[in-house]
Amino acid sequence: MKPAAFTYHRARTVAGAVGLLTEFGDDAKVVAGGQSLVAMMNFRLARPEHLVDISRIPGLDTITRDGPALRLGALVTHHTVETADLGADFRVLSEAMRWVGHLPIRTRGTVAGSLAHADATAEWCLLAVLLDAEVVAEGPAGRRAIPAAEFFHGVFTTALEPDEVIVEVVFPRPARRAALTEFAERRGDFAIVAAAVDLDAYRVVLGGVAPVPLRVPAAEAVIAGGGSPSEAGEAATAAIEVRDEPGVSARYRRALTRTLVVRACEEAAARV
Amino acid sequence: MPDMSRVQLVELTVNGERHELAIEPRRTLVDVLRHDLGLTGTHVGCEHGICGACTVLVDGAPVRGCLVFAVQVEGGEIRTVESLAAPDGSLSDLQQAFSAHHALQCGFCTPGFLMLAEGYLAERPEATKEEIREVVASNLCRCTGYQTIVEAIDDCAGRRRAALQARLDAGRSA
Amino acid sequence: MSEPHFRRDGTWVGASVPRREDPRLLAGRGRFVDDISLPGMLHAQFVRSTVAHGGVTSVDLSEVREVPGVVAAFSAADLDLGDITALLDRPPHEFVPTDMPVLARDRVRFVGEPVAIVVAQDPYAAEDGVEAAVVEYEELPPVVSDTAALAEGAPLVHAEAHANTLVDVSLFATEGIDDVFAQADCVVRVRTKTGRQNALPLETRGVVADWDDRDEQLRVQTTTQVPHQVRTVLARCVGLREQQVRVTVPDMGGGFGQKCVVGREEIATAAVALRLRRPVKWIEDRRDALTAAFLAREQRYDVRAAFDAEGHILGLDADVVCDMGAYSCYPFTAGIEPLMASAEMPSVYKVPAYRVRGRAVTTNKAPTGPYRGVSRPQYVMVVERLMERAARELGIDPVEVRRRNLITVFPYTGINGITYDPGSYRESLDLCEHVLRDEGWYDVRAEQGRVIGIGYACFSERTGYGSGAFAQRRMQVVPGFDISEVRMDTSGSLVVTTGTLSHGQSHETTMAQIVADRLGVDLSRVKIVQGDTDRVTYGFGSFASRSITIGGSAAAAASVKLGDQLREIAAHLLGVDVDATELDGAGGVRVRDDHGRRLSYEDIADVAYLRAHLLPKGVGPGLSATASFDVGGDGTFSNATHGVVVELDPGTGGVEILRYVCVEDCGVAIHPQVVEGQCRGGIAQGIAGALFEQVTYDDAGQPQSPSFMEYKVPTAAEIPDVEIHHLETPCAFTANGAKGAGEGGTIGAPAAVLNAVNDALRATGVELDDTPIARETVHAALNGQPALEDARA
Repeated sequence: MKPAAFTYHRARTVAGAVGLLTEFGDDAKVVAGGQSLVAMMNFRLARPEHLVDISRIPGLDTITRDGPALRLGALVTHHTVETADLGADFRVLSEAMRWVGHLPIRTRGTVAGSLAHADATAEWCLLAVLLDAEVVAEGPAGRRAIPAAEFFHGVFTTALEPDEVIVEVVFPRPARRAALTEFAERRGDFAIVAAAVDLDAYRVVLGGVAPVPLRVPAAEAVIAGGGSPSEAGEAATAAIEVRDEPGVSARYRRALTRTLVVRACEEAAARV
Repeated sequence: MPDMSRVQLVELTVNGERHELAIEPRRTLVDVLRHDLGLTGTHVGCEHGICGACTVLVDGAPVRGCLVFAVQVEGGEIRTVESLAAPDGSLSDLQQAFSAHHALQCGFCTPGFLMLAEGYLAERPEATKEEIREVVASNLCRCTGYQTIVEAIDDCAGRRRAALQARLDAGRSA
Repeated sequence: MSEPHFRRDGTWVGASVPRREDPRLLAGRGRFVDDISLPGMLHAQFVRSTVAHGGVTSVDLSEVREVPGVVAAFSAADLDLGDITALLDRPPHEFVPTDMPVLARDRVRFVGEPVAIVVAQDPYAAEDGVEAAVVEYEELPPVVSDTAALAEGAPLVHAEAHANTLVDVSLFATEGIDDVFAQADCVVRVRTKTGRQNALPLETRGVVADWDDRDEQLRVQTTTQVPHQVRTVLARCVGLREQQVRVTVPDMGGGFGQKCVVGREEIATAAVALRLRRPVKWIEDRRDALTAAFLAREQRYDVRAAFDAEGHILGLDADVVCDMGAYSCYPFTAGIEPLMASAEMPSVYKVPAYRVRGRAVTTNKAPTGPYRGVSRPQYVMVVERLMERAARELGIDPVEVRRRNLITVFPYTGINGITYDPGSYRESLDLCEHVLRDEGWYDVRAEQGRVIGIGYACFSERTGYGSGAFAQRRMQVVPGFDISEVRMDTSGSLVVTTGTLSHGQSHETTMAQIVADRLGVDLSRVKIVQGDTDRVTYGFGSFASRSITIGGSAAAAASVKLGDQLREIAAHLLGVDVDATELDGAGGVRVRDDHGRRLSYEDIADVAYLRAHLLPKGVGPGLSATASFDVGGDGTFSNATHGVVVELDPGTGGVEILRYVCVEDCGVAIHPQVVEGQCRGGIAQGIAGALFEQVTYDDAGQPQSPSFMEYKVPTAAEIPDVEIHHLETPCAFTANGAKGAGEGGTIGAPAAVLNAVNDALRATGVELDDTPIARETVHAALNGQPALEDARA
């Protein structure tokens, strides 16, 4: 379990990183915290020829409030968000961080890294879709904002071009009555199913039931219509399409979906 | 011989000492600490970030030494288990608490738990026992069943708080 | 911080003294195998089979040798090593021997089987080299379950093993047992399948080997619980005399049985070091540890128990099939699990009739070895499920059913021919139940709106298996005794050798406590030497909870002999009869009736070594004594009752342990804190087996749990605090009255957890018997859904 050889590049600026990515194309991989990538490299499941380290680029590690919006620099770590005082507007982000791995993972892992890795059960992926975040990426042609709804394309694949770097994630609106909850057999594991809801924006997003974080309009309609948590849970359960997989049947995944949507709704409702 | 075309010069500060190394960038921090610097107190348990035997401090924060390439933490302040005892070899309060509570058996996972606790208590000295248990859940131990590790760290935190309070009280009464 | 706590005035035994292992381990100054670095050392890694079953048609390492940093690469044909073959003295219909080659030759039998070894300048280059190997296989249909192995017309894993059966023994069949069952008031049955597990020492296996020209020795520093066994096998495989092999064991990060068999990789690595005349290190990575190391515990039971109307057990009828994977482990063989289960299943109960068939089948999965508890976690679970089921059928409280059946008069010779020495079976159960009742858990259990269950497990743990007990297994290597040498130097300090070997159990402390008491010296004057085939006469190592019972007794016996020598010399120097002297408990010998007349050990040692002309006639120079110890009978039984409270989550099937109480009796505890550590750690592993861990394969025999993402070792968030109560029934024939304490926690936990979960499910009519308990199955039971097909697969 030793990684294959690579050439290491430390980017000093975003433009520098983009330049390296442009030069090396598919042979390059961006590393920030590296908490998913390095493990995959140790297994040699990922073997980039060139590793472009963006973690030293100045100015990408700040959290700023911008009117109603919250702007998280690409290099903000899970632990920074966990311990930041984001106020009632964005408390959901801080509280969701306890589901991200464990402390030593959260001290290194970054918001942007998690989004770029695009595990469909990852907390940041759910939160981005839940809260209509915009992923700001910079490429050779400059910056563009990618709505979270369009960002996730499939298992571990995103709208990012090979020569683009995430620089910022913008959460445009407060989410006072929002919550994320999960179920896994063991603390810190990737969820079997994760559910996130925003009762003010009428949003329900699920992880673990599709290749990407999945919005569930049917459940959202229930919430918008003043339905109960259990009705929302039923609607979500009815709406998803899942198959039997080793260790987790479709039936069980649906049951977890129901339970977790209900619990997320109840948790969110408790936040006034 | 490593592939010389890949070798990079890397400067690391470990336990206050600066080292200059010519290494392949693919070398993980824990391998560099152990095999290039001879600091074998930090152990390797899984190389995919779950067991935590390789936990060290980077700029004060507990980090998985197997999920970081040494080259990535150039310029950072790295601390390993070897830094905990005093220069004369006497054990720190945290190390003593581990011994008193029998929080180690084979001792293989122990440096990881020590550094995890060292980093965590520095950030959150007021941690409750339940919070400590959550953090202890970051690492794996196969011998103890964890209870005594939680108790040792909780005991150490309590003693540190009491000592701080005593210093404050002494300052007030002086 | 912690002062020594003495239980009895002036004795070390019974005191939780600070562990002597701790300072170096806490400071990061231990020396584990991967901490060793020798000049010019190379690093090995293995090319491993990618198919579960197949012929090896070609092994091409030419590209490997071209990889930068690679120094050499060898296949089986290049090394020409002897096989590792473990044997039982049993007839062919009971046991089929199989050879395990060090590197696979023409056949591979599991994914991960070593096919070639690559050595390189560093571990990174070694892996680059492994990737460059080209091995071609002619795939054969794999056998990936015990049922597939036994199916008619199944492919054969070993041509010589018909029906893929390596062991098939029927050790007991009480005459008339069928009538017992036919006439019984109540017959209950448990069919269960337990998951394949990995003992999972946190330190993976590893070895550093080098040839020493000065000593003319192949020096092997390896992570083993059985250094002398490794020496024997290695010497045979490479064709050296045993004196040309020195096996030493550095600090070891746990073993739990996995390191108590001889590994192919340690032999191959040493063979390459011999060939190249250069130091070679191999450190198993976690993926290999999870897929190719020795596994354990995958067993299928079909057991019936007959009871009378009052809940007295009348008979036990058992069929046990153990999926031992691809090879027999050395020295125990594939018989280790079925023989243990067959011999000891009647457990702590008075069972008047017993029949059992135990089989080991071979499959295309990584081979198995001993793992803490060996079969006892499984059969205890089965027997304890039978008790619960009978209680339910008969309308008797499950604790009461146990009470009516527990052995209470000792010594008790069971239907299995084993004589059980005194224990506190009944007392531990009573106390455990009392604690849970006192704490109000039965009221909590009755609360509306919560799904809570209480479960128990009563069990014993045979420890200190002597030669006689192991001989009944009919292994060709019969472990049992231990030899200890106690040597005093000119300063009066002691060096003690033991054939046992600590890897977390604190023997540097506990063995020293035993010796310090016997000779009346401070603990700091006793140094323990272990894990070195040159310095230790012979030893079987540490497993089967044998260290304190047998190793500790040998050390005590040698200490007493040395004490006699000291008295003999002192008596001569003091001019009194030897019978008039005694050890004074303070590092000297005194005249019994005149304490002022005394010689310190330094004084005596001075004469014994430096002024030997003053020694009594017939007494040779030097101060050393060697003694061996063996357990003549059936060993000594520790016992315990575990009581567990669980709460189930109807929304997820989640299982949370609310309370865990352990009442244990391991006789006299040498170091109570260490005993509690063994209990807690063992219980954590038992809970892991009940609720979390399982090694799985797909239909092609590909491992599906190659990382800690899939192999779910529980964390501090899952493992509860354990409250421990001690009872003390001293053993009559070990030093200090100690019984073993290494495995009990692991043995009791699965049964107690499973019973608690089933108690919580009492309103559903569903009973779960398989482990690990799938949350999905719990959820289905709580929600009135039929069990899933694959829940019993």
